[in-house]
Amino acid sequence: MTKKPVLHYFNGRGRMESIRWLLAAAGVEFEEKFFETREEFEKLIQGGALMYEQVPMVEIDGMNLVQTRAILRYIAAKYDLYGKNLEEQAWIDMYVEGLRDLSDMIMYFPLSLPKEREMNLEYILQRATTRFFPVYEKALRDHRQDFLVGNRLNWADVQLLEVILMVEECKANVLSGFPLLQDFKVRTSQIPTINRFLQPGSQRKPPLDDESIGTVKNIFKFEQGMFLKNMSTIVAEY
Amino acid sequence: MSGKPVLHYFNARGRMECIRWLLAAAGVEFEEKFIERPEDLEKLKKDGKLMFEQVPMVEIDGMTLVQTRAILNYIATKYDLYGKDVKERALIDMYAEGIADLSEMIIHLVVTPPDQKEAKIALIKDRTKNRYLPAFEKVLKSHGQNYLVGNRLTRVDIHLLELLLYVEEMDSSLLAPFPLLKALKSRLSNLPNVKKFLQPGSQRKPPTDEKTIEEARKVFKF
Repeated sequence: MTKKPVLHYFNGRGRMESIRWLLAAAGVEFEEKFFETREEFEKLIQGGALMYEQVPMVEIDGMNLVQTRAILRYIAAKYDLYGKNLEEQAWIDMYVEGLRDLSDMIMYFPLSLPKEREMNLEYILQRATTRFFPVYEKALRDHRQDFLVGNRLNWADVQLLEVILMVEECKANVLSGFPLLQDFKVRTSQIPTINRFLQPGSQRKPPLDDESIGTVKNIFKFEQGMFLKNMSTIVAEY
Repeated sequence: MSGKPVLHYFNARGRMECIRWLLAAAGVEFEEKFIERPEDLEKLKKDGKLMFEQVPMVEIDGMTLVQTRAILNYIATKYDLYGKDVKERALIDMYAEGIADLSEMIIHLVVTPPDQKEAKIALIKDRTKNRYLPAFEKVLKSHGQNYLVGNRLTRVDIHLLELLLYVEEMDSSLLAPFPLLKALKSRLSNLPNVKKFLQPGSQRKPPTDEKTIEEARKVFKF
């Protein structure tokens, strides 16, 4: 009997949320082990299971996988969410990599200094509506299928839905002007595994509230006011 | 009949260098079209060739690929440098992403303001010798094989070699405590395709100097 994957993270979205989404969409049950303090995180590090002393980490199929993209690609390939050939894989990769830039901005937004919040929010919404959403609207228009690539659900579809919902949390009607994305959102939300994940009581995590922000800062020793534009460097520095 | 891949980027390392390395290691000849003026970049955008209005971009097999990782994944898969199964791929990805994180810090150095540079360099050196190099030395020690994954050359060996050369450029003493990494570096450098790429006159790009950054700023407006 196969053991369920075990996700090691704090009890919040962060970089683990995309992994939760993908497992859920694939219909894979998973367990979670949360750490809540710096001490608990250090205990995990000392246990030796974190190759770079970082999380996310997922125990799956006898491996302690770290690095978000490594984990996501493994799940996508294992559960047939990565297209049917090399060309489809390339399109999926382009789409998910593009979304990562936007989702990183949203991930770091709660760490903004109060005086920067409005400016950062404007920046996120401007990028979403002028750089990112037009690309995916066009992709759906050109491809003329229910999915971004091929004719069945794949990793890029799941990621796109996740990001759409997060941007809508920033501004409710952000999809006005993108009719195909609106249809995509409705249609994809109704896929049974995804629909289940969207219900209250699922393992989907809410946005960070003030208390959780404090917890995260203590665990990872983040400083306040991290600049959105240097996200990838910031990650490596931790 | 497919032509050679065409790489669109600035005449510098940046985010295209790892792609040049992988193609070279795979023995694939490629052409380069350098973006030298703002108009060059504008034209690519206007022609609809840049999905996210960004480079790197590589024309290959009738596709216009963007996003460094998408391009690397495609090349690695096509030329059988991505392991033999999904589990080997997972290890390759896990190691490659760690390499990418450290490389990202090094790439950012060239655009770091002068007053922050020293602190940044100190941080990079610390991470190199206390986090990343030990992790990869440990991998080699754990199986005693000549390559990081699956006992044959894969993309991650090439990514690591490239990184080790940059570490060496920064401070050659950083490699001293890691005998297996030094041996790997030596071995890989002697592979025919790699050796050729390491020669002067290849398409490998030199370290980025101030002048190159200034020119890049004009084109890419950062």
